[in-house]
Amino acid sequence: MSALGVVGFTLLCAALAVGVMLPGGLLVAWALARRQWPGKSAVETLVSLPLVMPPVATGLLLLRLLGRRGWLGRPLEELGLPIAFTWRAVVVAMAVMALPLFVRSARVAFEGVPRRLEQVARTLGASPWRAWWTITLPLARRGLVSGVLLAFARALGEFGATILVAGNIPGRTTTLATAIYTHEQLGEDAAAFRLVAAGVALAFAAVWGSEWLLRARRAEGSRAGGGA
Amino acid sequence: MRLELEDLRVPLAAFDLSLSTTLEARVAAVCGPSGAGKTTLLEAIAGLRRCTGAVRLDGEPFQDARARLAPAARRLGYVPQEGALFPHLDVRRNLFYGAARAHDVDSTAAHVIAVLELDPLLDRAVDALSGGERQRVALGRALLSGPRLLLLDEPLANLDPPLRERIRGHLLRIRDELGVPMLYVTHDARDVAHLADTVLRLERGRLVEQGDPQQLLEPDPGALRFRGDRPGSRGDRLRPA
Repeated sequence: MSALGVVGFTLLCAALAVGVMLPGGLLVAWALARRQWPGKSAVETLVSLPLVMPPVATGLLLLRLLGRRGWLGRPLEELGLPIAFTWRAVVVAMAVMALPLFVRSARVAFEGVPRRLEQVARTLGASPWRAWWTITLPLARRGLVSGVLLAFARALGEFGATILVAGNIPGRTTTLATAIYTHEQLGEDAAAFRLVAAGVALAFAAVWGSEWLLRARRAEGSRAGGGA
Repeated sequence: MRLELEDLRVPLAAFDLSLSTTLEARVAAVCGPSGAGKTTLLEAIAGLRRCTGAVRLDGEPFQDARARLAPAARRLGYVPQEGALFPHLDVRRNLFYGAARAHDVDSTAAHVIAVLELDPLLDRAVDALSGGERQRVALGRALLSGPRLLLLDEPLANLDPPLRERIRGHLLRIRDELGVPMLYVTHDARDVAHLADTVLRLERGRLVEQGDPQQLLEPDPGALRFRGDRPGSRGDRLRPA
């Protein structure tokens, strides 16, 4: 696969990974920010684990879960939906590794929305869903988008978990990170550095965008503080 | 309005808010020292706080042993102390946020906008409003949702005296022209004297006095306080504006 093909495949998988983890990530972040429930601290820890565990360990656990003989992998395989060592495994590995970053950003974003505003919306006749959609979500949007960008950047660079659960199959599961590794192993420095340059540019854009949004949110927050 | 609170109990950190009473008034003022449970009382009536006991407005149960109405179904206009305008919506969209549930929105809106002099503000951003303008918009937003009762939590507390006087005039027009009853938390004796026909006094979550402001308050406007209070005997009592 050409360098462009690898970059395109990685971008696509990272975008899918963010899409896959987004609904669950939003729900978990909101529940952590706004609700008290039994097992909250356990879920909080579990969600953050991939951030601190060695990525290969996460990958190995995913392989046990999603491999051909895994708890989930076997039934999915029987349904004609193999996961391990396919592009789907790339997406799953990226999603799992990106989730903690998104949840942390989203949680802070939700916590920054004054609860009083949601309560007032409820007294004005809004259902919980409408209050969330029209008040909470728009007021948290910058933090959420910043979290999406960080998660996307994390997914783009994913290596350890991906190589365990998806392998490094040229044209099928090779991503930017695994391709750099392969080129380096083969002594193809020029090809490796072309991909490194692409990776740095993409990561820079995502992190810069995320930081810009956070700065804008802080400025907006300080302006809106009196009205909240 | 006829607001019935029966064995209403809300657990708080230092004490429980616990009271039973029936209020029949156009405007009932809730007074008492800071931390007496006044805001908690409004929140409990609005359905924003878990509580036990029964709350009924004009005979309709908001909550009792069998059921608890969601805040959205109570049709109350809650205006917290800081106004709590939605900062990402302009004044017009703030005003009409709850209007979907009101009947006859157009004529009500025109009247409310006229009474509160909101017309020049409609297209403004919330962060471009002054303190008094914010409170007028918050009042208008609550009124446009077609409330059966306004719950006002010290709406004039952060305003300077001339502005306070002006908004008090708006509240009088809401009472007299729009006919919306109010439960009004205040530290300000002038609010009670001008607006309320019943006053409740809370201390540490208990109702310690209730009745006609003329009978419960000292007549001297320079030293407005409850009859029976020795001057200076409590640090936080009704104070003149």
